[in-house]
Amino acid sequence: MKLPYERPTIRKLTAGALNKFGPRAGATPTTALDGVRVEELVARFGSPLFVLSERQLRRSYQAAVRAFGTRYPQVQLAWSYKTNYLNAVCRTFHQEGAWAEVVSGMELEKALLNGVPGPHILFNGPGKRRADLERACAVAAVIHLDNADELHLLLDVAASRPAPPRVALRVNLDAGSYPQWDRFGFNLENGEAWQALSRVVASGRLELVGLHCHIGTYVLQPSAYATAAAQLAALALRCQRKLKTTVQYLDLGGGFPSTNTLKGAYLPATDTVPSLDEYAEAITGALLAAGFRTGELPLLVLEAGRALVDDAGSLIGTVLATKRLADGRRATILDFGVNLLFTSFWYDHHISPARQFSDQTEPTVLYGPLCMNIDMLRESIALPLLSAGDQVVVHKVGAYNMSQWQQFINLRPNVVLIDQTSQVHLVRAAETLEYLQQLEQVPVHLQS
Amino acid sequence: MTTFYRLNLLPPHPSLPFFRMKLKPNIATSDAGFIFNPATGDSFAANPLAADILARTKTGQDAAAIKADILERYDVAPGQLEKDWDDLLAQLRDFNLLD
Ligand SMILES: Cc1ncc(COP(=O)(O)O)c(C=O)c1O
Repeated sequence: MKLPYERPTIRKLTAGALNKFGPRAGATPTTALDGVRVEELVARFGSPLFVLSERQLRRSYQAAVRAFGTRYPQVQLAWSYKTNYLNAVCRTFHQEGAWAEVVSGMELEKALLNGVPGPHILFNGPGKRRADLERACAVAAVIHLDNADELHLLLDVAASRPAPPRVALRVNLDAGSYPQWDRFGFNLENGEAWQALSRVVASGRLELVGLHCHIGTYVLQPSAYATAAAQLAALALRCQRKLKTTVQYLDLGGGFPSTNTLKGAYLPATDTVPSLDEYAEAITGALLAAGFRTGELPLLVLEAGRALVDDAGSLIGTVLATKRLADGRRATILDFGVNLLFTSFWYDHHISPARQFSDQTEPTVLYGPLCMNIDMLRESIALPLLSAGDQVVVHKVGAYNMSQWQQFINLRPNVVLIDQTSQVHLVRAAETLEYLQQLEQVPVHLQS
Repeated sequence: MTTFYRLNLLPPHPSLPFFRMKLKPNIATSDAGFIFNPATGDSFAANPLAADILARTKTGQDAAAIKADILERYDVAPGQLEKDWDDLLAQLRDFNLLD
C-alpha cells in the first residue's frame, strides 16, 4: 500500500497571516451529496455535473411556507420559473403546492406542461407580446401588467374575449432599498400606478385581482419589504374605497437572499444574511397593521426564487491543471467556468475538495476552461494542494445557473436529482454535438 | 528543441544550474519544514514532502534518486511528480532560495 501523495510546496509566512478561521478553512472535504459518493456520481455521470437535492428543495419550500404561514392566515408561493426551470425542480415545488410565476411565453407553456392550472400562473415580465397575452387569456392565467402599452394591447385583446382577463398591476415604489428597481411596473409615487388602476377598472374589460411588487433581488433589508407591503396594502384599500374593487391578493415578489456570500463582502453570508423569518415578520406585520377588516385580509403571494433553490444545487467539477502565474500565484484550471457557473459574477462561491487532504492549504486563483479573461471563478481561495484529476464541489448553485448557463465553447453537462431515498435520477442529459447542430442549416453553396 | 536554438536559448538539461535544487548555503531548514533566510528575514513553511525533498538535497542526494524513492513510496504517477518537481523548483526560485 503506497502512501497518499500530496505535491511538494512551500508557502511564505507573513506576519499576521494566520487567519482567525484557522488553517483548515475551505479544506473540509465534501465526499458525498445526500448520501451518494461524489466519486460514484462522477463515474456514472461524468464531470462537470450539476446535482440537485430533492430533500433540500422540499425542505426550503416548507421552511418558507412555515415562516410566512405561521404569521399570516393565507399564503401562497408561486415558483419563479426563471430561477431554475428544469421540470424536475418545478414539479417538486408544484407537488409541494406552489403556483407558477413566469416571465415569457416559453415559461408559460412550460408551466402548463408541468400541469399548473392557468389561474395559478402569474405572468410577469416587461416583454409580453400580443400572442403571449392571447395565450394567457385563453388559459386564464393572471397577467401582471408592466406598462401602459401593454395595458392598451391587453384591452384590445380583451375586446374579443368571452370573459374579462384577470390582471394584477405591477407597482414599483421607493422601499428604501438600493438600487430602486423602477424599470418594471407602474410607479407609485408619481401617480402612474393609480392612473393605471383607474383605467383598468373603468375599462370594464379587465378583472383586477391583484397588486404586485418585486423590489429587487438579494435584498438585505427586511425593512424594505415592510415598506413595500404597507404601501401595497394602502393601495389595495384605496382601490376598495375609491374604485369599489376588492383586491384579492398582494404579491410581494421574491428577492430574499440565499446564504451565498456576495463578492467583496467582508463576512460570510451565513453570518450576515437575515433569516427568512425576519422577512416574513416584516411583511406580515405590515399587512396585519394596514387596516384591513377582519376576514378581508388579502391572500399574500410570494415569488421567492433564489431562497428556495440555491441551497439545493451543487456543481461537481474536476481539476484539469494547476499552474503558476507570472507573479508566482497558484492558478487552478477547472472543467467548468462562468459558462456553467454564471453566479460566480455575483458570489464568492464556497468550494470544497471532494476527498480528504492534509491540513496544508494554499491560496489559488480558480479559472474555468474558457479561453476568455472573464472566465474566473474565484480570485483567491484557500484550497488543499489539488492536482489534475482531483474533484471539487461548488455549493449552493441551484439558483439561476441552470437557466442562465451558456452554450459557449463547451456543451452543457448532465444534471441529476438525488431523491429522498438517495436514488439518483438523470433529469437533463448532457448536450451532444448533434443536439447543438440540430437547428443549423448550411446553405447549398457551402455544402461541398 | 529547434525553437530553443532559434530563439538562442539553451535547451533544458538537468545538469544546468538553473534546474538544480540547491538551496543557498545560508538558508536554514528544520525537519518540520520551517525555512529561514537570514539574509532577508523571510521565513517559509514547507509541506511534509517538500521538507523531505529539501532535507535530502541538503545531504547531497541527487534528484534522480530522490524521485525514484518518492515514486516507490507514494501513490503518484511519474509524469505528475516531474511536473510537481519543476513547480517546487519554480517556487524556490521565486522566493530567492536557490543558489
Ligand atoms: C417578478 C419577479 N419575481 C420573482 C423573482 C425571483 O427573485 P429571487 O430569485 O431574487 O427571489 C424575480 C427575479 O428577479 C422577478 O423578476
